[in-house]
Amino acid sequence: MDRFAPKSRSDAYGKRINRSHSTAVATVVPYLSILIASFLPVFFIAAALPIVPPLGFLMLLAWRLVRPGLLPVWAGFPLGLFDDLFSGQPLGSAILLWSAAMIVVEMVETRFPWRSFAQDWFTAGLILLVYVPAAMLVSGGEPTLAALVALGPQLVFSILVFPLFARLVARLDRLRLTRWRTVG
Amino acid sequence: MAPTGQRRSSYSRKAQYSLFTGYIAAGAGALVGAVLLGLSLWQPGFLSGLSGTAQDAAAPVTQPVAAARTESKGFIDAVRGYYRAGSQNAALKREMELARIRLAEAAAVKQENRRLRGLLGLHESEARPVTIARLVGASAASSRRFAYLGAGRSDGVAVGMPVRSPRGVVGRILEVGNHSARVLLLTDPESVLPVRRAKDEVVAFAEGRGDGLIRIRLINLGINPLEPGDLFVTSGAGGYYQPGVAVAIATEITDDGALARIVSDPAATDYVAVLPIFEPEAVTGADTPIERELGE
Repeated sequence: MDRFAPKSRSDAYGKRINRSHSTAVATVVPYLSILIASFLPVFFIAAALPIVPPLGFLMLLAWRLVRPGLLPVWAGFPLGLFDDLFSGQPLGSAILLWSAAMIVVEMVETRFPWRSFAQDWFTAGLILLVYVPAAMLVSGGEPTLAALVALGPQLVFSILVFPLFARLVARLDRLRLTRWRTVG
Repeated sequence: MAPTGQRRSSYSRKAQYSLFTGYIAAGAGALVGAVLLGLSLWQPGFLSGLSGTAQDAAAPVTQPVAAARTESKGFIDAVRGYYRAGSQNAALKREMELARIRLAEAAAVKQENRRLRGLLGLHESEARPVTIARLVGASAASSRRFAYLGAGRSDGVAVGMPVRSPRGVVGRILEVGNHSARVLLLTDPESVLPVRRAKDEVVAFAEGRGDGLIRIRLINLGINPLEPGDLFVTSGAGGYYQPGVAVAIATEITDDGALARIVSDPAATDYVAVLPIFEPEAVTGADTPIERELGE
């Protein structure tokens, strides 16, 4: 016999009967993924150029733009503090820049409530275009023209890799909202 | 993406206040960040203990990854070696014979050097490394060029000690934790190192440019005697580095010196040695303000 409503028993987030979302997983996954992404660049030994994109910042932007309303506006402070511990930047640079970025995205969202992905990518690209040189300016090193030119590859790479992060965040969001908990 | 309902905080006072508080918190967070940033730029040592502690805490993760990285690199090199094994073998044999002859000559020069030093009453001090450790990580996403070392205060590492690989200078210890240390690499824009040309006494400063190259700045300006291919070694001035360790090779001549490439790429080295400061007296002497020195 054909089932009348196939989605009634299970959907993309798992079985529906007798199951529920886990509050802990739903809360922790975005933060944990950003912290891990902040820590990852440490493993790449790069002597010549800063080639690895700011993965933590990309993850933050992706969560903020792909799933608006999940991260509070002030999330840049605690997450930036963690990033500063491992990024090699002076303490406070990510706190300042990440908080500022969160406020900017909030303003963009107020102006354009309905957005397509291309628009989100454009927003992220513009923010990265400001973030990467700004991070160099506050890094404590002397800002020379050569150092500015050297940021080019990292900048291009960061902007190109954003859609990948957006997809990753979508996957993580599905994981986040899977019904892990058995009720009763 | 559709806008979330959260923005319209409706008539609920609680929702309105929590939204407003969020904005205030975000602004305050940015402000605190700015203050901390100013503080850590003004007094670099003040907050550096925090990141040292963080590196210590991360050591259980970074150490095994560094070990795996060096081992896998050895494997890749071994596989790559099979491609041109025959021709390379013949070339290496010829080179080896020449190198043996040069080595014998060098031994003779070393012997003579020792005899002359004995005549002058100079005693040769061979610096024993404080410790040998892996580079476990680096600041790959930041525009500063730091590396993290898998040894710290408990291994005798102290701030200012030079770090070298078998090929040449890697950098200098900038800050130490208990089991980790931060190394200022030669390519960092804040790194300055007194060098001299290997074949004569042309002295210069080697400064990091921030784009992977080293800027060689001659101290005596005039006719620029440098040529592409010149090797620069540490001069021992300043008291931090042993003299005669390879630093960089000039690739392009500029008005006041040259642009050079580093000899010892940290990404290609597996183990590095931390050496004691060459002349601690000279370093403390340079750090002492002239007024206090005159007052004593």
